[in-house]
Amino acid sequence: MNDETNHDAQKQVDEMDAVQANRPTVATVATENSIEPDHPVVLSMRNLSVYYGTFRAVRDVDMDIRENEITAMIGPSGCGKSTVLRSINRMNDLIPTARVEGDLRFHGLDLYDSKVDPVEVRRRIGMVFQKPNPFPKSIYDNITYGPRIAGTPKENFDEIVETSLKRAALWDEVKDRLSESALGMSGGQQQRLCIARAIATNPDVLLMDEPCSALDPIATGMIEDLMQEIKSNYTIVIVTHNMQQAARVSDRTAFFTAQIDSENDRRTGLLVEFDRTEKIFSNPADERTENYVTGRFG
Amino acid sequence: MAVATPTTVRDTASIAESLRRKRDVKGVAFQAMMFLSLVITLGVLVVLLFTVISDGWPVLSQRLGGFLTSTLRPDAVDAGVVQGLKGTFYLCAIVAIVAFPLGIAAAIYMEEYAPQNWLTSFIQLNIRNLAGVPSVVYGILGLTIFVKGWGISSITGGSSPLAGGLTLSALVLPVVIITAQEAIRATPQALREAGFGVGATKWEVIKDHILPYAAPGILTGTLLSIARAAGEAAPLLLIGTISGIITRSAPWYDVTQVQDRFTAMPTLITSWAVQPDTGFSVENAAAAIVILIFFVILLNSAAIMLRNRFESKRSG
Repeated sequence: MNDETNHDAQKQVDEMDAVQANRPTVATVATENSIEPDHPVVLSMRNLSVYYGTFRAVRDVDMDIRENEITAMIGPSGCGKSTVLRSINRMNDLIPTARVEGDLRFHGLDLYDSKVDPVEVRRRIGMVFQKPNPFPKSIYDNITYGPRIAGTPKENFDEIVETSLKRAALWDEVKDRLSESALGMSGGQQQRLCIARAIATNPDVLLMDEPCSALDPIATGMIEDLMQEIKSNYTIVIVTHNMQQAARVSDRTAFFTAQIDSENDRRTGLLVEFDRTEKIFSNPADERTENYVTGRFG
Repeated sequence: MAVATPTTVRDTASIAESLRRKRDVKGVAFQAMMFLSLVITLGVLVVLLFTVISDGWPVLSQRLGGFLTSTLRPDAVDAGVVQGLKGTFYLCAIVAIVAFPLGIAAAIYMEEYAPQNWLTSFIQLNIRNLAGVPSVVYGILGLTIFVKGWGISSITGGSSPLAGGLTLSALVLPVVIITAQEAIRATPQALREAGFGVGATKWEVIKDHILPYAAPGILTGTLLSIARAAGEAAPLLLIGTISGIITRSAPWYDVTQVQDRFTAMPTLITSWAVQPDTGFSVENAAAAIVILIFFVILLNSAAIMLRNRFESKRSG
């Protein structure tokens, strides 16, 4: 390379830096990625088991869920992924016989400590469900319900509605009909409204339980784009049956499977492997994971 | 080619035969039976309405205003139903005030709070049994507790609209509880989860989501049970409504009359119907029946209208 070309290239980079003052150049991103430390852990699970009565639905879950990442849980039906997800925001408390054993910590605090109020947990850890389930109220009221019961002053409602809907990529579609019933929207819009409703209470974590299973590919694509958009503000955990979806959207993937319990002949779910998504899909450590992601079973 | 043609023709014929519409004798017979049942049911109703309207026609056509406003009198041509209407009005009001909140609260407890154990199942079973107890039995209960009960009789004033209303409340409570329970149970799990998911407490989920969703069902059940309470005669006869003359005739708005002696439409009709004078037993009784039926139809229509309004609100 001669000096002049080199010089020109350097000049160009300097100019770009001047224009995009705070943006790191491509080169610095690459170096940062290779030495980038892991994001801080938001949720940690150690030896987590969930029981329904005496039946152990899922056992031995060890996972660290990290801030501003999307963590996917995949696996065949009945492997306990939704059960684990629902134990994170204590939604399983609604089932009288459900019981959690082991350690589940949120920013280091035991979520199942007797001093912890599950209602407060659900405010910090929001949830989006399999089927869109808006309240039979107006779009506006759907979003303000969470803040209202949390005691947020009414003056902030307009702003909360706008911010939440913008984050959920729904604002432009509904800004002129906020007072109309949410039930008049399409399925994809309803699900984005549910996401907006979940982020309106300003949670740290967003749990998504197969959020696209009732949606068509276009609406699914919108939700996936939206997840990428908002992950810088939230930590997302998603359960999905769709392996391509996990591969597309997530940073880390947990593979669960079900095993027949020798004690009682019932299926118990367990965590097989948890790693960076690229690794799970390209070079999994466990044979069962490989069989599943290559489509040989499940 | 010559061989192919006849084959095709024969096949077509057999296909046509298999496709031919056959006479569904059993189906037609069944449909006819169903229709006949409908005709019989409606026919009975029409005959009934026709009979009472024609029997009561002299009263309804010539002195309806006087009939509605005058009191119980010894002469059939002067007698009216105003005291019966007042009594029935107060009975229904008391049932609405007592049975609805109690019944709905009990239903919420049974559905949302009660632990799932043998005691809850036992209570549930007994609520269902109570709904099937004959109304006369409730009359005996009312007589013992609300009319003669120690301490209670001084509040109800003995055989009063208050005692009657409480008795009828006990009568309709099981039905109110069961219909409200069913309406609450029909609330989708997804709606509850949505509420809990954004950090609502159990009470907030019940108040903001379950009750509004269940309201049409609860309302229909409760209004229909008021209509039932309005038509009950047996328990009122047992607690001792008046069939003769009521001396005091307080105006409609005078609430103190809930502790007075009283009569109600069903008991008034019963007592008139057994009089020897056909002016009472035919004309007046029939006219009073028409008025009571009109009252009940009005209540049922209100129930249907309210339900439709709530339901259209619910489905956006």
